[in-house]
Amino acid sequence: MSCWETIGQYAFRSLGYGEKLLPRADFTLCQQFTLIGSGLIWNIYFGALALMFGFFFANALAMAKAAPSPWLRKPAEWFIFVFRGSPLFIQFFLAYSALVMLPRGGIDIFGLHIATSWLTSAWAGALIVLFLNTAAYAAEIFYGALMSVPKGDLEAAEAYGITGWAKFRRIQWPTMLRLAWPAYTNEAIFLFHATTLVFFSGFPAFQQRGDALYYANYFADKTFNPFVPYPIVAFYFILLTFTLIGVFGFVNRRLNRHLPSNTRSRIRLRPQLIR
Amino acid sequence: MFSACADPASLEGFSWLMCYLTTGKHIDFYWSFLTVLVLLVITAPTALAFGFGGAMAARSQVAPVRWLGKLYTAMVRGVPDIVFFLFFVIALDQAVEWTKHQIVCPGWTEPIRQGLEFRVCPQAKVPLGTSAQIWHQIYGFALAVFTFAIVFGAFAANVLYGAMNAVPRAQLETAEAYGLTHRQIFRRILVPQMWTYALPGLSNLWMILIKATPLLFLLGVKDIVYWARELGSAKTQAYAFPHPDWRLWYFLFLLVVYLCMTRVSEILLTRLTRRLSHGQATAAGEAMRRAAQ
Repeated sequence: MSCWETIGQYAFRSLGYGEKLLPRADFTLCQQFTLIGSGLIWNIYFGALALMFGFFFANALAMAKAAPSPWLRKPAEWFIFVFRGSPLFIQFFLAYSALVMLPRGGIDIFGLHIATSWLTSAWAGALIVLFLNTAAYAAEIFYGALMSVPKGDLEAAEAYGITGWAKFRRIQWPTMLRLAWPAYTNEAIFLFHATTLVFFSGFPAFQQRGDALYYANYFADKTFNPFVPYPIVAFYFILLTFTLIGVFGFVNRRLNRHLPSNTRSRIRLRPQLIR
Repeated sequence: MFSACADPASLEGFSWLMCYLTTGKHIDFYWSFLTVLVLLVITAPTALAFGFGGAMAARSQVAPVRWLGKLYTAMVRGVPDIVFFLFFVIALDQAVEWTKHQIVCPGWTEPIRQGLEFRVCPQAKVPLGTSAQIWHQIYGFALAVFTFAIVFGAFAANVLYGAMNAVPRAQLETAEAYGLTHRQIFRRILVPQMWTYALPGLSNLWMILIKATPLLFLLGVKDIVYWARELGSAKTQAYAFPHPDWRLWYFLFLLVVYLCMTRVSEILLTRLTRRLSHGQATAAGEAMRRAAQ
């Protein structure tokens, strides 16, 4: 069997297309590369969607945390504390056991039927947890940046007669984003790394459709040889990290385009965030 | 005290809960918190030592040592840490057994990797197949601790390498002008000054380490997550519990425990940071000097 046939069979195995049975013996390098790469689709799905939705929620949370009213500030502070202070692993377990407790048949409210069974599957349940988690981490970053917007910028805006919402939208928010961006890049990278936890906690892989690490673990268990599948995962994730740095670096250059080149903030990879 | 628990008929309400929470399985659950604390206590200094070694190697004058150090510090950057956890536990186990195999059974002719199996001679098994269950557990735990130390050592090496570079260059040049050797500069100038720069990174790392302890469960150690799953579920392979699925409450309890742990560490580390920045030529130290005036 040639490598192209294997790719045809297993490239979308993690989504449920192609060959049903996983290989059981005589594992070739091609099979391992294809299946682990197919699992990577899930990692990208979780990471990209959680990051996209989380960005907006994180902005709202950061603003709430900076708000003078305690009715806004306290809930935001508690939310951030709970999600940053506890392990993501436990959050997954907790979310899964909570979602399983929902009634199987769905909930009826005022004659309206709401199905709940889809929430226990990984694509929805784990995505919600990752979304809330990354929102909390990013909110802390954005809040820190919001607090370090230079005083002079705000005074200059007021001197020009820009106040209220216009001041926030045109001065405060872009500066906050510019200051936060290098740290936010890190957050994005480590969010993608955190997606590997999904199928190792709580959420079961339906019909063996797992993520990259799930398949790598499958191969390592079957062959009792960790020296092939795990480096393949590492290879894929290094590629993913470089892609992310490229994309976020592009945005960073755009956010900094008005500044002289020596005062721009650079993206530096700092492994400071695991959950 | 719990002799009342022997009579099932009298058990209901609060006394039932008291008896339930003091069963033998629960005592195991409480002991497993000690496992986590032992892991933290052993791993933190070991990882710091690994990190110090890594950072020193990355600054070395000898090129191959420097490359090795840089490789170690760069290791954790692009790859999820959980991959390392899963990888190192098997790899270390096989490395130990292979080495022992080479020493104990020199006359063994069969290949070690037979197709899908990894087979060393029976005398080279670690721990031996005949040894008590407790040794298997201790060996598993030791492997987990070593894995944690390697991975977190790489993180610490990153932090310490950055901190060593953050010490003002003028300090080192002054020392050179006074005729100190490289070794003396390292020991007397660089290392004492770098801690204040390293502390934010190291305290962050401590938080990460606390939050990484549930991964012990993935490495096959019977830790708090294992027991919470066992005790919380309505029925396992071995036991049936007289309650419905309580995993939610057990995990909620673990969540609160972790929140307390991180909160307490945060408060303590803030105090330590204040102490260390006292009298330092950094922004924090300058702010403290101004406030005192």
